[in-house]
This record gives sequence, structure tokens and C-alpha cells, in this order.
Amino acid sequence: MGTTVIERKDGVRKSQMKQQSGGTKINVKDLDLFYGDKQALYKVALDIHEKEVTALIGPSGCGKSTFLRSLNRMNDLIDGVKITGDIMIDNENIYETNDVIKLRTKVGMVFQKPNLFPMSIYDNVAYGPRMQGIKSKKELNEIVEESLRGAAIWDEVKDRLKTSALGLSGGQQQRVCIARAIAMKPEIILMDEPTSALDPISTLKVEELIANMKKDYTIVIVTHNMQQAARVSDKTAFFLNGEIIEYDETNNIFSMPKDQRTEDYVTGRFG
Amino acid sequence: MLEKLSGRVFLFCALLSVISLLLIVGFVFYKGSHPFVAEGYSFLDFIFGMDWVPSEDKFGIFPMIVASLFATMGALILGVPVGLFTAIFLAEIAPKRVAKIISPAVQLLAGIPSVLYGVFGLAIIVPFLQNNLGLVKGQSLLAVILVLAIMMLPTIVTVAETAIRAVPKMYREGSLALGASPIGTIFKVVVPAAKSGIMAAIVLGLGRAIGETMAVILVAGNSLILPTSLTDSVRPLTTNIALEMGYAFGTHQEMLFATGIVLFSFILLLNFVLAKIGSKGGK
Repeated sequence: MGTTVIERKDGVRKSQMKQQSGGTKINVKDLDLFYGDKQALYKVALDIHEKEVTALIGPSGCGKSTFLRSLNRMNDLIDGVKITGDIMIDNENIYETNDVIKLRTKVGMVFQKPNLFPMSIYDNVAYGPRMQGIKSKKELNEIVEESLRGAAIWDEVKDRLKTSALGLSGGQQQRVCIARAIAMKPEIILMDEPTSALDPISTLKVEELIANMKKDYTIVIVTHNMQQAARVSDKTAFFLNGEIIEYDETNNIFSMPKDQRTEDYVTGRFG
Repeated sequence: MLEKLSGRVFLFCALLSVISLLLIVGFVFYKGSHPFVAEGYSFLDFIFGMDWVPSEDKFGIFPMIVASLFATMGALILGVPVGLFTAIFLAEIAPKRVAKIISPAVQLLAGIPSVLYGVFGLAIIVPFLQNNLGLVKGQSLLAVILVLAIMMLPTIVTVAETAIRAVPKMYREGSLALGASPIGTIFKVVVPAAKSGIMAAIVLGLGRAIGETMAVILVAGNSLILPTSLTDSVRPLTTNIALEMGYAFGTHQEMLFATGIVLFSFILLLNFVLAKIGSKGGK
């Protein structure tokens, strides 16, 4: 157990120092994205800061999920997607490297619907590390426990790690999904409407978890739920028709938006 | 009135297949069990007997059972990996254009009459084996295995491909988002998730192989010996029935029906396994 924790703390301290010197974790410039002939994102530019929660809000089909998925290149899986512009993570253009695998270990993702694999809870969390080539049982045990603790689900599942993950409730599954993402020791975690399939109590638990995780990770969350954006995020970007209309401190977006369209959206006049 | 009548017609049609099944099974079992029940032949001698000489009243089908099992297993060993990889390729890896060419080709393969497989085997595989392995006679267990392996491909590919395509996209995304490679994702997540469908594909392919008659007759050689090597000429259960039924009568004919019972038992066993797998997959 000991060594891993020390490493983790060390990593945190290092990145905190980095934060003092810069603070921008993800820097997006001039991002255009096309599905075939249809343009889904127009000149998107955004600075996402380290160890903050950035919420992406906007009506359905506005491009917020598309944008999120371009941050770990999940859009690559779709035929006919063309992307221009720059996405820099730690000053590295993620579309210039060929090492998508390394990118995705650094940028974890939690999906809309819990998508645990049909295997045991333990195997789910250990999946990523095993794919990285970690075989030592002891090391895997530590990662699994640490990750499940990190996702505030350890106490609920510690007695049934070897049972099927699909037997858990939806909320528990989603937190195990978060644990599975944490197990890769990522620096950034993308969340695509992580609570839209959950009941209010599970939603609350996940939101608490996000608030706690902020100290270790940079989090980008897409949400339909404006109260959620207001509760969990530090900064909020409002998307409309593939463009960012406004990006500011969450408080400002919700209390004194500069753009009329933002105001209409956050006050519930459309969307 | 018309409503009632048409309902009856549908019911009759539906019952027809059940009735056919019962008639066939009943007939085969009645005829096949007669020698053991009424004529005092030993069933164990039948199953484990080494000699099949109807003119001398010797009815042992052990070499044929072994030939059937070896042929089927051999075909599985060759056909399953090839079929499975084809299915994975079509469902996961191949670009749409390529899959559009290969998929119909595989399905056409299923539509070819089995006698043509036999002819192909006889014209191509048998001479090939004869020349390259230096055999006196190319008709052999190996030739049977090769033909059956090709014949079971469409079944395995089609069923396994469907199973793999049915795996929810979110599993793949989840795995890729965790930094797994596409190939790693296929083998660690997609294939395990499609396991029950893939097992069904294998069992169905197996059923096709063990029951195949026409193609096998042409390439098996049909010798009545216990196969000891891949190059031996063999006579599986199915061909025994097909070859001799035309002229057999009396006990000889009944013993052929009994051969059918053994074959039928294998198929039943397979279907039972298949049903087991199916119910597990449903959960």
C-alpha cells in the first residue's frame, strides 16, 4: 500500500507546482469538427484550468458531448469525422501524437450510462491497469482498493469484489465506473452526463464525489442539469449550435450572464 | 366461421412439424431398437464391436463412432479459429466496404448444396493430399476434416458475427477510453461479452459437421477400419447409413436404423448443450 500512496502524493505535489506556474491544463484553439459534410463545432476556443471542474452546458445537439469526446479522441471511432484546430494538453497537441493509448490513460472518461463490463467488480477496476501490463496481484489489489476508496464506493462493495459488477445499482455502477477511470491514475477526467441515468440520491453522491475529486483531478463535465452545473463546477461554458457562446466563472454564468442567449438558457426560456 | 377455419389451418401447419418429428423419431427408434429388444443382439456389442460384416451377422459400429468423432473434432479445431477470426474481422475490424463483400460470400457458402462440397473435395482436396502426402488413396480422415471445416464456416461466422455485433457499443467505448488497444478490447471485452453466442455458433457448426453425409461419402474412402491416423480411410456413421440403406433388408436394415439412433443421440446431446448455453446467455 505504502509506496503507491507516496507516489500519488508526490505526483500531486508536482502538479500543484505546475499549477502555480501556469494553471491551464487544456488549451483549445480554433476547433472545427465535421461529421462528413455536417459541421458540428465552429471555431471552439477554451482554456480549461487544472484541478477545477469545468461544466459544459447547452441544449441537446449543441456539440458539448462532441467537444468532450474530442478531448480524448473518442471521436476517432466514428467514420468520417474531420477535425481541424488545436487541442493542447500540457502544451502537447493531442492530434499530432499517434499514441492515442497514452492520451487515454492520461484523460479518463465516464460515460452517460454506466458501462461496466460483464465481469466482476474487481476485474472491472483492474481492467485498465492490467491492460497497461501490471500483473502483480499485490499491486493490483492496492490499485483496486485505492480506486474504489477514491470513488467513495469501497465500503459498499468491499465484501463482494468478486461478484458481477452488473449486480450493483445504477448509482453504484456509475461510481465503480469512476473508480475504473481513477485506476488509470489519469490527470483529467471527462464526464459525459454522468448522472442523467441516476436517481436523485445517487446523483447527489456522484456530485459529492466530483467535488472531492477536484483536488486531485481536472474534471470536465457535460450536463443537461443546470442546477448540477451550478453546484459542482467552477467554470461553465455555454454551447449553442456548435459554438461557445459564453465561458466564465460558474457564478457569473448563472447570476449575470453577458449574452442574452445564455441568460435565456440558464433561466429556462429554451432548451 | 372463416376466422375459426383459418385458425385451424394455422394450427395444423404448426403441428405438422411436431408430428413429423415424432414420426421420424418414433420410426427410427422402433426399427433401430428391434434387434436389441426382439432378436437378442447385444447393444454393447453393437456400440463397441469392431467389425461390421452384415453378411456374417456382425454389426459393430465402434470404428464409425470414432471416425465421426474424430472428423467432427478435427473440423472444429480447424474451423472454429478460422470462423471466429472471420467473424471478429467482419464485425469489428473490416471497413464497411470490405465487410460488404465478404459477408455475402460467406452466406453464399452456406447455400452451396453439400454434394458440391463433396465434389470439390474429391476433385481438389483428395488429389492434393494424394500427391503431397504420398498417399495411395487421398480419400481419408484428413480430407473429411478439411471439407467439414469449410462447410461449418458459414454457420460459425454468421452466428458468431451476429453475437459480436450485439455487444453494446458502450463496452467498446469503455475499454478504449481506458487506454486499451482495439485488439485488446476485442479479446478482453467484446469476445467475452459475446461468449454465449459464440458458443452457440460452435455448437451449431458442430451439429452441421456431425450430421453431414453427402460430402463426406465422396471424400471419406468409406473403409471399415478403426482410424489410427489422419490419412486413414474412414467411414463415419452418416455415410454408413447412406451407403447401405439402399440394398439392406431385415436385421441389416434395422442395424442401420440403430446407427441412426446413435447419430441422433449425438445431435440431441448437442441441442441440449445449445439450450443450456442459450438460457445462460439470456440472463
